[in-house]
Amino acid sequence: MSETTKGRQGWRAFVRSDGFVSVLAVVLSLIVGGILIAVTNKDAQASAAYFFAQPGDFFRDAWNAASGAYAAMFRSAIFNYEGATATEMFNPLSETLTQATPLITASLGVAIAFRAGLFNIGAQGQVIIGAAVAGFVGFRLHLPAPLHILLVVLAAALGGAAWGGLAGWLKAKTGAHEVITTIMLNYVATYLLAFVLLTPLMQRTGSSDPVSEVIDPTAVFPQLIPGTTLRVHLGFVIAILATVFTWWLLSRSKLGYRLRAVGANPEAARTAGISVAACTVIAMALSGAMAGLAGASQVSGTEMFVAEGIAATIGFDAITVALLARSKPLWVFLAALLFGAFRAGGVGMQTDTGTPVDIVLVVQSLIVLFIAAPALTRTIFGIRDRKKAAKAPKAPKSAPPAPPAETPAAQAATVEGGAA
Amino acid sequence: MSAQVLTPAPAPEQSAITAALTRAAKRPAWMLSVAALIAVVVFGFLAPHTSASFRLSATDAAVKVPPLVVPAVAFGWIVALLLIAAAAWAWFLATQRQRSLPGWAMGLAWFVFLAGLMVWLVGTANNPDISLVQLLTGSVALSLPIIFGSMSGALCERAGVVNIAIEGQLLLGAFGAALGGLLTGSLVGALVTAALGGLLVSALLSLFAVKYLVNQIIVGVVLNVFASGLTGFFAGTLLKDGENFHDMPKLAKLPIPGLADIPVLGPIFFQQTLLGYAMFLLVPGLWFALFRTKWGLRVRAVGEHPKAADTVGIKVNRVRVSNVLLAGIVAGVGGSYYTLVSTSEFSRDMTGGTGYIALAALIFGRWNPLLAACAGLLFGFVTNLQYILAQAGTAVPSQFMAMLPYIVTIFAVAGLVGKSRGPAASGEPYVKE
Repeated sequence: MSETTKGRQGWRAFVRSDGFVSVLAVVLSLIVGGILIAVTNKDAQASAAYFFAQPGDFFRDAWNAASGAYAAMFRSAIFNYEGATATEMFNPLSETLTQATPLITASLGVAIAFRAGLFNIGAQGQVIIGAAVAGFVGFRLHLPAPLHILLVVLAAALGGAAWGGLAGWLKAKTGAHEVITTIMLNYVATYLLAFVLLTPLMQRTGSSDPVSEVIDPTAVFPQLIPGTTLRVHLGFVIAILATVFTWWLLSRSKLGYRLRAVGANPEAARTAGISVAACTVIAMALSGAMAGLAGASQVSGTEMFVAEGIAATIGFDAITVALLARSKPLWVFLAALLFGAFRAGGVGMQTDTGTPVDIVLVVQSLIVLFIAAPALTRTIFGIRDRKKAAKAPKAPKSAPPAPPAETPAAQAATVEGGAA
Repeated sequence: MSAQVLTPAPAPEQSAITAALTRAAKRPAWMLSVAALIAVVVFGFLAPHTSASFRLSATDAAVKVPPLVVPAVAFGWIVALLLIAAAAWAWFLATQRQRSLPGWAMGLAWFVFLAGLMVWLVGTANNPDISLVQLLTGSVALSLPIIFGSMSGALCERAGVVNIAIEGQLLLGAFGAALGGLLTGSLVGALVTAALGGLLVSALLSLFAVKYLVNQIIVGVVLNVFASGLTGFFAGTLLKDGENFHDMPKLAKLPIPGLADIPVLGPIFFQQTLLGYAMFLLVPGLWFALFRTKWGLRVRAVGEHPKAADTVGIKVNRVRVSNVLLAGIVAGVGGSYYTLVSTSEFSRDMTGGTGYIALAALIFGRWNPLLAACAGLLFGFVTNLQYILAQAGTAVPSQFMAMLPYIVTIFAVAGLVGKSRGPAASGEPYVKE
């Protein structure tokens, strides 16, 4: 075998790898987003009217619209090369990290549940409860700084754990599907927060709006770079610790092994003496605790008080992040950074170019869809399928037949083998 | 010899089955007991010493009917006694006969509880006088998108495809109707584009879930995000300035002469818009199609046991795709309610989670179109009751009323209010071997 064929084979393997497909999925989604921006652009529409006379005009305007929007996004998400001072230049990066902070922990939560074969759509509700509890501890208790912060974080995690654990308990006890119960618990949490914000328990004295008291300065997460206007805060460090913890939990601890076993094949796990019910409750509680941390970061890191929109759409974005990262903790961290960048960039893009920030949602959802269906992405780019090209040299890894397809872990297997 | 065969010793399985049946029957009995206790304490002892007044005809109605005045205390005690009787009966059946209450009795008991709750709520309000007609017509109107959505869900799930994307279908339907209405200025155009909007979501759902075998729940969740982003983006760009826009058409009420003047029933059933009448036909029609036709049998076979269906020559994935597409049209048309009936313009995320309530109604209605529609009506009723009670000045926080449908659904899936089990193969992709 000569060097060139070896190199060609290596190139082919690279092109067909999952990682490369993920990159292609991102590129493809950005292209679709760019097309949407271009066709809704006023200049491009005007020049489309005389497209057959001067097609060049249309393509120039369309390109300007899309590239202008994406450049504005880059300037507000990564590095503002038009900034005058260092703070102005690095503010976008700080914004990205700030936006990513709650997303990282919430997504880790969704990922933990996924790995245990549970679909936690309730991160939103768990973030809400976590935020409410964090806020309550933040303004009702008066303690010295380090202790106060610690208590806020613990309380938020416990609150989220209780809310998530409730869905896990319902599943273990009655078999109620967690997808349905968590969706419903999201709404219950939303209305519960709306209610307590109007009671003396939380409502700001003298206000008739549904907003809470402002938390004590001792409960505020300190900025990572003090003395600047950069908002990135202690929550980001907590998010890094949470990522490392989740990695350790899932791939190094006995509990994580059990959770993954239940996720891969609950019947086999039960036969091996693992309590599926206990694992279900624990996984959902841990998942909720992580989402609760996101609530703490929202309250103590950025907002400083609780209002109805405290959770924004973090809980829902977290699902997309976890899916994108295939529930691997380190990838979750990176995917959350990407989505944080999209969010920070989208806001800047809207102010700079008037492109509605919603385009970010379109791009994000397309990324997940294209990554979930690698066969489709490969087809679009004309790459022959890896599994089809080299059929059956590898024996199936485990003996038991595919577990019920409702478990996400099994799903991942189906997705990867889906093209066959 | 023959005696031995005829009278076998009670096998251990037999008693185990009896115990399981008793346990299953005890759950609804417990629930009824709790309801009866609430009725005694709240509706009976804590009843307001007023009368709840329900107006039965609008001020401009052709045929006037005097309002229904219900003394809260007396009514509360009647409700309490009826519920105690129902609970006692349920306990008797559970312990002596290993059976639950028959379905009609169960339904009636909960209806009585709801009536008691309503009289108590209205009686405790500052102004214990509400319009029953307004309450009921409003409930039907609010439940319309919920019911269209749950019919879409029923079409998908009966064929074995979980449809979490109802929300997205409704939203794109609402957006489609707005866009089509503004561009063509005609109702037909608006309804066609609404159907196309729902169809787009369905096409993506079937592409990813059926063809590329991506987890159906994942696809559904992501498609909802996609629909929210896409419509939000277009609302901020395409719909922003109306140079080339016609006037937005509106679906008017079409009263049926004569029938529309019947007190109470007339305004509910015979003063509907085209969408309302379509709903009244769609629900029983879908039930009939699913449970009484060859087509329905095939669909349900695909949803319960695709392999068996495949063996007898049914094209599993073809049935699934066609059902998902049909569901998209149904939900898309239902979504047009938001822009053609309720308001005349599209706003961002205007469906506000109705698709998820539709999903809840579907589960609460045990995947049966008729029951799901009833559940949808119940959810619409609770929502509207909350608005009307707020006008009447109730002491009960509106957030708790708003929470009710979701809590009821949690109870339903947890098996506390009857068992709720979906089509067996729902959510599982089918790969022909």
